[in-house]
Amino acid sequence: MSYLETAESPEKLRRLVIDPVSRVEGHGKVTILLDDNNKIHQVRLHIVEFRGFEKFIEGRPYWEVPVSVQRLCGICPVSHQLAAVKAMDIIAGYGAITPTAEKLRRLMHYGQIVQSHAVHFFHLASPDLLLGFESDVAKRNIIGVVAAHPEIATQGVLLRKFGQEVIQHVAGKKVHGTGAIPGGMNKALTIPERDAMLAKVDDMIAWSTAAIHMLKKLHESDPDFYNKFGEFDSNMMGMVRGDGALDLYHGGLRANDADGKNIFDHVDYANYESVFDEEVKPWSYMKFPFIRTLGPENGWYKVGPLARVQVCDFIPTPLAEKERQDLLAIGNGRPSHGALLFHWARMIEALHGVEVIRDLLNDPDILGTDLIADKGARKEEAVGVIEAPRGTLFHHYRVNEDDVVTFCNLIVSTTNNNQAMNEAIRSVATRFLNGREVTEGLMNHLEVAIRAYDPCLSCATHAIGKMPLEVSLTDLNGKIIDTRFKNMLGA
Amino acid sequence: MSEIANTFTLDGQIVHFTPGQTILEAALEAGLYIPHLCFNPELKPHGSCKLCTVIVNGRSGSACTIKAMPGQEVQSSTPELDGRRRLQLQMIFVEGNHFCPGCEKSGNCKLQAVAYDLEMLNPHFPHFFPERPIDASHPDVMIDFNRCILCEQCVQTSRDVDGKNIFALAGRGMKSHLIINSPSGKLGDTDFALTDKAAHVCPVGAILEKRVGYAKPIGERIYDEKTIREQVAADAEGGL
Repeated sequence: MSYLETAESPEKLRRLVIDPVSRVEGHGKVTILLDDNNKIHQVRLHIVEFRGFEKFIEGRPYWEVPVSVQRLCGICPVSHQLAAVKAMDIIAGYGAITPTAEKLRRLMHYGQIVQSHAVHFFHLASPDLLLGFESDVAKRNIIGVVAAHPEIATQGVLLRKFGQEVIQHVAGKKVHGTGAIPGGMNKALTIPERDAMLAKVDDMIAWSTAAIHMLKKLHESDPDFYNKFGEFDSNMMGMVRGDGALDLYHGGLRANDADGKNIFDHVDYANYESVFDEEVKPWSYMKFPFIRTLGPENGWYKVGPLARVQVCDFIPTPLAEKERQDLLAIGNGRPSHGALLFHWARMIEALHGVEVIRDLLNDPDILGTDLIADKGARKEEAVGVIEAPRGTLFHHYRVNEDDVVTFCNLIVSTTNNNQAMNEAIRSVATRFLNGREVTEGLMNHLEVAIRAYDPCLSCATHAIGKMPLEVSLTDLNGKIIDTRFKNMLGA
Repeated sequence: MSEIANTFTLDGQIVHFTPGQTILEAALEAGLYIPHLCFNPELKPHGSCKLCTVIVNGRSGSACTIKAMPGQEVQSSTPELDGRRRLQLQMIFVEGNHFCPGCEKSGNCKLQAVAYDLEMLNPHFPHFFPERPIDASHPDVMIDFNRCILCEQCVQTSRDVDGKNIFALAGRGMKSHLIINSPSGKLGDTDFALTDKAAHVCPVGAILEKRVGYAKPIGERIYDEKTIREQVAADAEGGL
């Protein structure tokens, strides 16, 4: 069990709660146990909502799943749709999809990367970074950013809008469209649609570059603070293509340890179950995944932008790769682990996303009309994995001979970051809160650390049937007569 | 003596009819929409959904079964009738499991289109959330009982057009439900075929051809560009 996860004598301690954690997707809370001297004994990020998608997808026809499962999320539905459809391509019996279909899927995926990263950075995180962690809480929001930095806020809104428009052109709607279907895509891109996107792409490159430069400037103002805030060593994981380049749509899995030494490389994600396991803890609805060979104590890892840009060998678009080199330079050859560096990496990925969109739009294949692959024999089981904006996303399905889903397992990006987010707030609590009178501004430091991971808590909660349960029978005087446990650690 | 004109008024508008037509048939032919769900012009009207209830010369009745007569004064789009229709729709929505966001019929669904037309903004009643497993036993067609609105179009079509009698309604009142005419009760154990007309008449997403899903992109579905009311007007114009 990690440092500060569980206090020895919780009954003697004071309890501080941040509920809900704001400016994140979904509902979570942080609890802190302190003694009379404000010394911290326990810090936990709890996920307090429950969705259960894995269960209610059971019994549904497989072709419905890519569209229905994306309702898990309103921010990155495209990721869920594409992870599911990659699995369903295989289950439906399709071979490799056509070049046009793959490029259209990539187009909607990178559109989603841009819009999700923009909404996170500008709408959710920038109030802390631009206005100050301890600034007036009434103004520490996107409206406050609009008032103080109207040009930056406008660029953020329009960058997000661009990403959403890319999704709309491919999937029919900005949020929760269709687009990807087993075997390919349901709609070809038209020339007017392509040209509408191309007309805006240069501005988007300029604005995402400007966001990176703004982050660099902030970093230069106090490098030590930005490097160390929420810092802790951990393994990192991301998807890379065959030549080691960053690839957010398809590739093999690579994990490195905290020093950058490789743990595994080019792992076929279809075998994820032999590589990863998940631990259930009694105080959270969110599971804790880990690399089997390293065990639950040492096998947890970070995913998402900071992990991806550091585990890949290079980013295959020039502007983003140049920016990546600047980020790598601050580690002096060792991976960086500070939570706030996630923002920097995130905007490098946003720039990469816009560059990829531009290249795809200039590719003649993108206007092709050959959208569906050749069909072969049906399969019963498949895994689809994609690098969602927040990190590696696993979808695993089994489908019976009647075409009905009988099993679904989702390991979403935020679940992959569960232990890492807990470690981040423990790091921040130890450095900033320990022994001090806790103020709202100090409490916000914990939220800043969580926000850096851009968690999507609603996507991540599905430990169905495994949640711990304690039932106590008491007499009239409150004396416990009998207690039953289910799935309690040590029970 | 002048001939009596074959016309009636629908919400004050003059509608021409051919003798023998019902009020609903004449209205649709004229491009005027009266909300309905169980009516299918190729089948004998049976007035079960009651959504097309109108006031004819002061008395209420189903527009799909009342014959058009000269001089009738028909009221349909009134706040009171539309309010009742909304209530009926709300009851239909909560009685089954009609989850438009994940339904492949979305955009092509009459129930959804009528609900939009009548501005049904919420379910009003508590959802029943019935447990109704799908029947995917047939190789080409699946039945999602969650979405069945008991319109009986499949029952009529299979019996009267396909001559197979695959479907029936069983139970009464709240317990009414669609059943399949086979020893196992499964569609896969019948001689139902994708080429049967009954495989293609469901106005909602209850009877679906397998593996089609979302092949029709958003923007090309029936009700993407036009509301059901506008669609009826466009169809009438096209038919002239």
